[in-house]
Amino acid sequence: MSAALRFERAAVRLGGRVVWSGVDLEVEQGEFVAVLGPNGAGKSTLLKALLGLVPLSHGAVSVFGHPVGRGNADVGYLPQRRRFDPDLRIRAVDLVRLGLDGARWGLSLPSAAKQRRVAEIIELVGATPYQDRAIGELSGGEQQRVLLAQALVSGARMLMLDEPLDSLDLNNQQAISELIRGICKSQGVTVLLVAHDVNPILPFIDRVVYVAGGHVPCGLPDEVITTDTLTRLYGAPVEVLRASDGRLVVVGQYEPVSHHADGH
Amino acid sequence: MFGGLLQFHFMQNAYLAGTLVALLAGAAGYFVVLRGQTFAAHMLSQVGFPGAAAAVLAHVSPVLGLIAFCVAAALGIGWIGRGLEPGHRAESAAVGSILAFSLGLGLLFFRLYAGSAQAMYAFLFGSILGIADRDVLVTLAVAVAALIVLAWVGRPLVFASVDPDVAEARGVPVRLLSVGFLVVMALSVAITVQIVGTLLIFALLVAPGAAALQLTPRPLLGLGLSVALALVFTWLGLALAYFSDFPVGFFITTLAFGAYLAVRGLKAVRAWA
Ligand SMILES: Nc1ncnc2c1ncn2[C@@H]1O[C@H](COP(=O)(O)OP(=O)(O)O)[C@@H](O)[C@H]1O
Ligand SMILES: [Mg+2]
Repeated sequence: MSAALRFERAAVRLGGRVVWSGVDLEVEQGEFVAVLGPNGAGKSTLLKALLGLVPLSHGAVSVFGHPVGRGNADVGYLPQRRRFDPDLRIRAVDLVRLGLDGARWGLSLPSAAKQRRVAEIIELVGATPYQDRAIGELSGGEQQRVLLAQALVSGARMLMLDEPLDSLDLNNQQAISELIRGICKSQGVTVLLVAHDVNPILPFIDRVVYVAGGHVPCGLPDEVITTDTLTRLYGAPVEVLRASDGRLVVVGQYEPVSHHADGH
Repeated sequence: MFGGLLQFHFMQNAYLAGTLVALLAGAAGYFVVLRGQTFAAHMLSQVGFPGAAAAVLAHVSPVLGLIAFCVAAALGIGWIGRGLEPGHRAESAAVGSILAFSLGLGLLFFRLYAGSAQAMYAFLFGSILGIADRDVLVTLAVAVAALIVLAWVGRPLVFASVDPDVAEARGVPVRLLSVGFLVVMALSVAITVQIVGTLLIFALLVAPGAAALQLTPRPLLGLGLSVALALVFTWLGLALAYFSDFPVGFFITTLAFGAYLAVRGLKAVRAWA
């Protein structure tokens, strides 16, 4: 049985600089994987390599046993972004629909089956109450739910989520993390979620992939989320504590340390 | 009273060309506003001015000069702005540079042009008098071709406009579409200039789309509304100009501005109530 995704001795070079190299990584179907690391380390680049948006300079990468490429309906993508422009006048439901047939040329007849599929997936993420409102008017948490639906609607078996919890308040971070965990486990969807704050997702993840210093090690949360490892990876003092209920909590100066003017 | 409206050949031509213009400007305008490219539309229209003047100097249909200059400018912006999001600041800078150059050219052609100032005036502010049979034919060909292209690329174009990163990952050729749409915009501008002139292009290429997007966030309905508004502005504007002897550009811009104000007012009242 082949892994959901696999990197073999992979490297990416951008603007003449090696972002990361020697990456060997395998993720099984249905795993919820957190991608952590300081700003500018190459987390977004890792997802883009999996989407075929950024070419490898060395090695190989495959998704569900096939070479990667654009337009793969098996893979849903939620890019790192600022919020939608408040003036963007298109309904949430239209945005989800674009995830289904937005790449198709030409005219199409109205399709009840497609409408049903869109409604179903919007229901799954809990966005039904505001599906007819303009996307720009929605709150950050509501927008993330709509975008999740958009990423899932084509029947994706893998989700690449680039900092979906960014700019959300704590309650929403918690709620969206739980929702993603639920989708991952109930639908058997493999999830790669990039985050720079570990705490809100710690209770939900199966594995941690670390992008730092040009390398991409990975491990179980208990192995990676330790004071020593995190301090080394972030290059800043970080402390991992165990709360009385057994949960891990990360504290310290691990907020984005950027070595570049604009590392997004 | 309206019986006399179409009794002269020049008015028949104005209505024929005006209807085609409104169909394309309304449809393209919806995307212009959705993509936040109103400045590019403005710039393309100004580039049209020297194009039309050059065509008159060369004794060919001014629409052909408009098309040549506008499309060249569109490809220019597309080339300079490659790799940038639509409406990006660097694109604005590129657009601004081309704009200044084209106005300089326009000045030169204006100086070289020995005929009456009436034709130049028409290019700047529009006219109901100046549309010849050959212009109607060119307008028909351009409008039909551009509308077919828009219908074909409409859905991926909406995707690329509202969500370029995801669209690209899903296999939409975002950059190619961006240049392609600039060319469609250039064609729309080129034929629209005949009716409202280069300085008043916003009235047909931006105002209907802007009003429609304020009225509804539904893409198909918005597109339809934008076309309907452009048609109403044009038909009414031409009729008012014919019966009053005041310039058509004044009436169409006034109708467009009035409609936009009404829509904003309606929204404000709704939000307040
Ligand atoms: N198109 C590009 N050209 C050159 N360098 C790039 C490009 N995109 C990203 N980079 C650089 O690659 C590095 C990794 O970027 P990214 O993957 O966005 O980091 P992260 O998502 O971890 O913050 C950064 O140093 C960034 O400046
Ligand atoms: Mg990133």
